[in-house]
Amino acid sequence: MATIDETQMPLPTVPKPQRRGRRRHPGAVKAEWGPGRWVTYIVLVAGAIVFIAPFVWLISASFQGLGEIFSQPPKWIPQHPTTAGYRQFLNLGHLTNAQRGQGTGDWRWFANSAFVAFSVTFLQTFFNAMCAYVFAKRQFPGRNAIFMLFLATMMVPGQVTLIPNYIITKHIPLFGGNDILGLGGHGWLDSYWGLIMPGTVSAFGIFLLRQYMQSIPDELLDAARVDGANEFRIFARIVLPLCMPALAATAIFTFQGAWEDFLWPLIIISNPDRYTAPLGLALFVVKNETSWNLLFAGSVLSTLPMVLIFIIFQRKFIQGIALTGIK
Amino acid sequence: MATATAPASRRHGRPHKRFDVRKTLWRMRREWSAYVFLAPGVIVFSVFTVFALIFAFYLTFHEWNILQPQKPFIGLQNYKDMIHDEHYRRSIINTFYYTGGSVPLTMLFGLVVALLLNQPIRLRGLFRTMYYLPVVTPFVVAAILWKWLYNSSYGLFDYYLLKAHLIDQPLLWLADKNLAMPSVILMSVWSGVGFSMVVYLAGLQSIPEELYEAAKVDGAGPFARLRYVTIPMLRPTTLFLLVVGIIGSFQIFTQIYIMTNGGPAERTTTMVFFIYQAAFKFYDMGYASTLAFGLFALLFVVTLLQLRLYRKGE
Repeated sequence: MATIDETQMPLPTVPKPQRRGRRRHPGAVKAEWGPGRWVTYIVLVAGAIVFIAPFVWLISASFQGLGEIFSQPPKWIPQHPTTAGYRQFLNLGHLTNAQRGQGTGDWRWFANSAFVAFSVTFLQTFFNAMCAYVFAKRQFPGRNAIFMLFLATMMVPGQVTLIPNYIITKHIPLFGGNDILGLGGHGWLDSYWGLIMPGTVSAFGIFLLRQYMQSIPDELLDAARVDGANEFRIFARIVLPLCMPALAATAIFTFQGAWEDFLWPLIIISNPDRYTAPLGLALFVVKNETSWNLLFAGSVLSTLPMVLIFIIFQRKFIQGIALTGIK
Repeated sequence: MATATAPASRRHGRPHKRFDVRKTLWRMRREWSAYVFLAPGVIVFSVFTVFALIFAFYLTFHEWNILQPQKPFIGLQNYKDMIHDEHYRRSIINTFYYTGGSVPLTMLFGLVVALLLNQPIRLRGLFRTMYYLPVVTPFVVAAILWKWLYNSSYGLFDYYLLKAHLIDQPLLWLADKNLAMPSVILMSVWSGVGFSMVVYLAGLQSIPEELYEAAKVDGAGPFARLRYVTIPMLRPTTLFLLVVGIIGSFQIFTQIYIMTNGGPAERTTTMVFFIYQAAFKFYDMGYASTLAFGLFALLFVVTLLQLRLYRKGE
């Protein structure tokens, strides 16, 4: 499997993962250190077990009934595997009254999360790239001033803008029953607009992409201009394709951040139909504190997309972290 | 846009040449497409960042309760309240406690795992993935899972600790005044080690092999090489992790909201949780904004100090 994706996804900038110790890497303690090797393996395996055990428990428990979850000693392998927790948390299929009494989640929460995360990722990547392009490659009055403004806000923690943004979101004109002055209704509160729009620009993302785009040779763009391509065509046909590695790396992190965002949805969403997966899950804990079988099922479902993305794009992930240092 | 950018470029250009309005306007017209590219990003950024910041600052001088129609100007009252607010002070102490516990431990374990993984061993990729999985787990999920593990009547921790006779009575973990914060820290270390491991691995692979060869020629053993080659060469990586880690841990919220709700007895009420309560439990937006600026100021000072210390050490 490893060889297949190596040939299909050639990434020139990524160091190939060194395998089986045939190639020496810097800092490596070499085979001369016989017994030390065993210590290394034992420590690594023990650590890995500690790190993985909670996941194993989570997955196992998500297929257990409530009684089994609470039983002692803990069952690492479900004795009577059931998908009831999943069905109840997704509110799908036929549920008995007892199951309904436990409280149910909603499959829409996952659909909402997916929709919001994809929208934010798409829009932010696109908007960031457009800004980064003109900052990197165009000369125009005000460029430095606007860019400095973006940079200056990078240090400000999100909590400072959280509170005003709540009020701003509430008073977006002509939305959610607001008049032209933004009064009278609830604006973008409780809406996809409110979940998506504030996340569609990232100063940090613009900064990273700009660095990357500066390496595109000017001659290439000038040649396209001479051939009669307009600026939008140049951007779409030359700049974007050349930036694909950087765009992909930042898009993955944007998606991850949007999927697991919690504080912002918590503040602006009160309608259960608009809950995102983390919000639904968290408020479900508060409301039905003892329905652990549902909680575990919901937890697995919320984690699954993240793990899949990580496994599919693992190398991009590692590369992106090395480059940008964002989670 | 013209009015917004013109004064800025004037200030910028003054030392060299006189600002020429007509020339600038002409250049703006020629480069019109650049502004079209900027427009979506700049509009969103202006509303949700620039205006929001100005508005946040405005809020700090007002008593702004969402439920009250009157939002009176109160001068510096919010700032005075903040300085004398014992609960806020406690939340700062709690935040420092959390940061001081979680950041060094996460970095230390990350370094150890990275050093182990940087050897010629089998299954490196598998190990790396296993240690990294907690990082991709949403905070909400990690918090729920660990809340269960910490449960004192059926949680796994107490069960196995009791079985191993390490404790006689179940520990209360999150419900214990003195154990609550260490429990949150332990959970955060679990979810953060993978990240520092990956960053350290990248740092380790950029250390030139010649340095190790030279050290070996000089008779340095494995530990001397670690002490005098690896750790000094990792300094930039360490600083990066420290800055990013501190910024991140100052903003801890989700874990607290789900695992402890700030309790017991405010022992885990961190700054962001306190700000959240002020804004969305007591609806005191003006005061909450002031507190948020307090967080910003603190972060700013801490980050500057770190950079200063780093430069001094060089």
